[in-house]
Amino acid sequence: MIDGQVRKGFSVKHLPGMTAMALLCFLLLYAPLFTLVVYSFNAGESIALWEGFSLRWYGAAWENEAVQEATVRSLIVASFASAISTVVATMAALGTTRTGRYRGRTTIYMMINQPLMVPEIVTAVALLIFFAMIKVATGYQGLAYLIAAHSAFCVPFAYLPIRARLEGMSLTLEQAAADLYASPWQTFRKVTLPLMMPGIVAGAMLAFVISLDDVVITEFVKSAGQDTLPTYMLGQLRRGISPEVNAISTALLAVTVVILTAFFVLNRKRH
Amino acid sequence: MRNGVLGNRQPSGLEIEARRQTVRNYLLLCTPALLLLLLAASGPLLIVVVYSFLEPGEYSGVVWRFSGEAWFNVLFSRDIFDDTVSLADAHLTILWRSVRLSLLTTLLAFLLGFPTAYFIATRPASQRPMWLFLITIPFWTNLLIRTFAIMEVIRNEGILNTLLQALGLIDSPIQILYTDTAVTIGMVYVYLPLMVLPLYAAMERLDFRLVEAGYDLYASRWQVLRKVIIPLVKPGIVAGTILVFVPSLGAYVTPRVLGGGKNMMLGNLIELQFGQGRNWPLGAALSMTLLVIVAIALAYYVRSASKSDAND
Amino acid sequence: MEGLSHKAESPPRGQEAAVTAVEARGVTKVFGGGNDAVIALDAVSIAIRENEFFTLLGPSGCGKTTLLRLIAGFDHPTGGNIVLYGEDISPLPPYKRPVNTVFQNYALFPHMTVAENIGFGLSMLGRPKAEIDDTVDAMLRLVRMEELKNRRTSQISGGQQQRVALARALAPRPKVLLLDEPLSALDFKLRKEMQIELKRLQHETGITFIFVTHDQEEALTMSDRLAVMSQGRILQVGSPREIYDHPADHFVADFIGETNFIDAEIQQVEADAVTIRLPSEKTVRTPLPEDFQPRKQVSLAVRPEHADLTRQPAEGQLSGTLENVVYFGTGTNYFVRLPDGSEFVVRVANRGEGNGDYRVGDELGIAFSANAIQLLRD
Repeated sequence: MIDGQVRKGFSVKHLPGMTAMALLCFLLLYAPLFTLVVYSFNAGESIALWEGFSLRWYGAAWENEAVQEATVRSLIVASFASAISTVVATMAALGTTRTGRYRGRTTIYMMINQPLMVPEIVTAVALLIFFAMIKVATGYQGLAYLIAAHSAFCVPFAYLPIRARLEGMSLTLEQAAADLYASPWQTFRKVTLPLMMPGIVAGAMLAFVISLDDVVITEFVKSAGQDTLPTYMLGQLRRGISPEVNAISTALLAVTVVILTAFFVLNRKRH
Repeated sequence: MRNGVLGNRQPSGLEIEARRQTVRNYLLLCTPALLLLLLAASGPLLIVVVYSFLEPGEYSGVVWRFSGEAWFNVLFSRDIFDDTVSLADAHLTILWRSVRLSLLTTLLAFLLGFPTAYFIATRPASQRPMWLFLITIPFWTNLLIRTFAIMEVIRNEGILNTLLQALGLIDSPIQILYTDTAVTIGMVYVYLPLMVLPLYAAMERLDFRLVEAGYDLYASRWQVLRKVIIPLVKPGIVAGTILVFVPSLGAYVTPRVLGGGKNMMLGNLIELQFGQGRNWPLGAALSMTLLVIVAIALAYYVRSASKSDAND
Repeated sequence: MEGLSHKAESPPRGQEAAVTAVEARGVTKVFGGGNDAVIALDAVSIAIRENEFFTLLGPSGCGKTTLLRLIAGFDHPTGGNIVLYGEDISPLPPYKRPVNTVFQNYALFPHMTVAENIGFGLSMLGRPKAEIDDTVDAMLRLVRMEELKNRRTSQISGGQQQRVALARALAPRPKVLLLDEPLSALDFKLRKEMQIELKRLQHETGITFIFVTHDQEEALTMSDRLAVMSQGRILQVGSPREIYDHPADHFVADFIGETNFIDAEIQQVEADAVTIRLPSEKTVRTPLPEDFQPRKQVSLAVRPEHADLTRQPAEGQLSGTLENVVYFGTGTNYFVRLPDGSEFVVRVANRGEGNGDYRVGDELGIAFSANAIQLLRD
């Protein structure tokens, strides 16, 4: 025993039990997801009994018109929301990093990050009330409400990576461009924009994922018949969990993993 | 030569003009984002405040008449027959459950999250992004999907019960789903990454030479953990605690799916007022109550964060 | 003592009349406001001639970089004007000034190739592609970088980046080239190489260079003229020889090279000269420096290499006890303690004749000619 310890040496970083707990934690994080994925390929009706591999539930989900509609709606909302939030977040990031301190900048930070601090249910309730007023006043029931709400809460997610990118970018590059006769617009087009592009792409991807995932705000804001994929799934739950929902979940999970992996790889290349 | 123009320290016209122009440009750049947020995030919160002081409409919505009733109803109820005032037991139960389950969730997430963050932080630098990536995948996965996944596991016919039965530990399935336990397990599961990430951020900056110094000065492993590591990563602990506690308190999806309608939390109670309850002012007042509790937690966080800044 | 005139050191008349390229007229720059206000430049006036290699020298925070940035247009003066060939350019933004900068960390665009970096200025000026290509090639030849034309700037070494930065700033043929401590990031050997390279480039292009550095040796070896700055003021402007041999005040004498300071008394002030009594009772006559405020107690500066040691202190000579001898190859420093407690350093060059056989503890005399004495303004 003593011999063993001597040979192993003393590791400063070692604390007993930490590794075991950590591995348990990873197991706990992935086991349920793994179960979900596996059962989505179950051939049987039951979600308890394994009856062999099958893509039948994917087929069922694919042919389900309600799922199709919800998927298209989710993609439309997420695309608009990520585009709008990325554009305004890019402008705001430029406005809060490419200059010295000015009065009101802290307030702007706080306002931009506000959706991260207020519980989603509160924002959802607030939007329900506000949009109900507009719906009554204008009679318009369309997707614009969902797009506006999603764009707003995606702003901080798009803003943070763009701002991080800009903060890592020295102002001297823009000064060098100005020194070499580039007008402010040329400086932006030729120097600032290309250099901040990885941040913008990251921000847009995060905003897209966040919008695609939202349940609570969508549930409160949507008009009748405007289910997105998550609210559709939540609604299905009243009839008990079905393998079809498992299949949809797995597909969504796959999309998330693909986007995140792309994000991860993009990030690594940058360093 | 030296005393000449020293009096001229007022900013020149050029300086003022340049500064005004940049500030104007930068404010202009922030305007679209601020307008969007004002329209579809911050602004409507003010309407909620207004609504909490109105009377409920007959079917839904409000009647535009001032009333403190909604706020009164957050904690008290008035008997419909004799107007006697008593504490609103149902609300208090839900409020208490929200706080209790959120605290429990935070504690459990810390007990699991701390070793995990420590584990990642002590990996070689080249491996850390990979482990961190493994934490971020569940983090970015749809919350609903993660809640479904937990539901799969703890159902009566789920793998947990199947496994326990197969091992002969229990004879019949134990009912976990639709209990407080289910809600707690679910919230720990979905919010765990929010604990690990800030803890890791703090530990990654931990200077292990200080740990070495601790051992050099005769501290045991436990003492090093207690007296060196934990105090140094305290900002991460505070951040993780807040990041788990705040969304737990306002959780809506997880208690709805795993609590099965009767084990409500504050979020579900609020929703109820806008659905079947048809009492929008009460819903608004409850939302504001939630917001105030969250604001207090955040204020505590900001204060302790600025305190640790001052210590640096 | 005779013919001891600063005028002999001044450039000939013809050069004096040279065209002024850049002029700062009473330029003041204040950063911040209220109690936090920092005066970076305090009513600085200076004229830089066409085609000269001019250096702004001073410790960090002296305002040299601020002055450069005001000329480039990155900041606006709080007071005064920046004049380029007679035209007040103070209100112009950087992209409308025919002035280019070589930045301290080069600020090369990381998303462009070497050639794209060099061609950037010309393309912003809307020059035709053929002209840009020709100029880029010429610039690459000028800085000897032809073979790295299509590399990314992140794939080349620090010294090569330096050359690209130079080529990029020279390509639009600016009227003035500003260099902000461009050599500070290079190691010693590369820095020496680039010093020569810079002089060559300035000679070949005939462009006025304004060079900012805190390295006094760099300033002395490279400049046609230099300005020594401290705390937002210009203390002295002159050729390297004038600055080194005739420092105007305490700061300049101390900042550039090593100096012995001697307290002395003024005996007599004439129109253009003063008679001073040294602590050793000897009197010397020396020219009156500019801006000298007549007073009784003054400071004198004597460079260590301008003094010599003697065995027997002569009449009226400074003398003291040899306390320390430091040999450093090309010479030897002798530290002599004077009777008033101050230290006087004498540097004797190594001429291969062995040392003077002085030992610690010896009582020695210190000899220097009146020419070696510089009366300081403060």
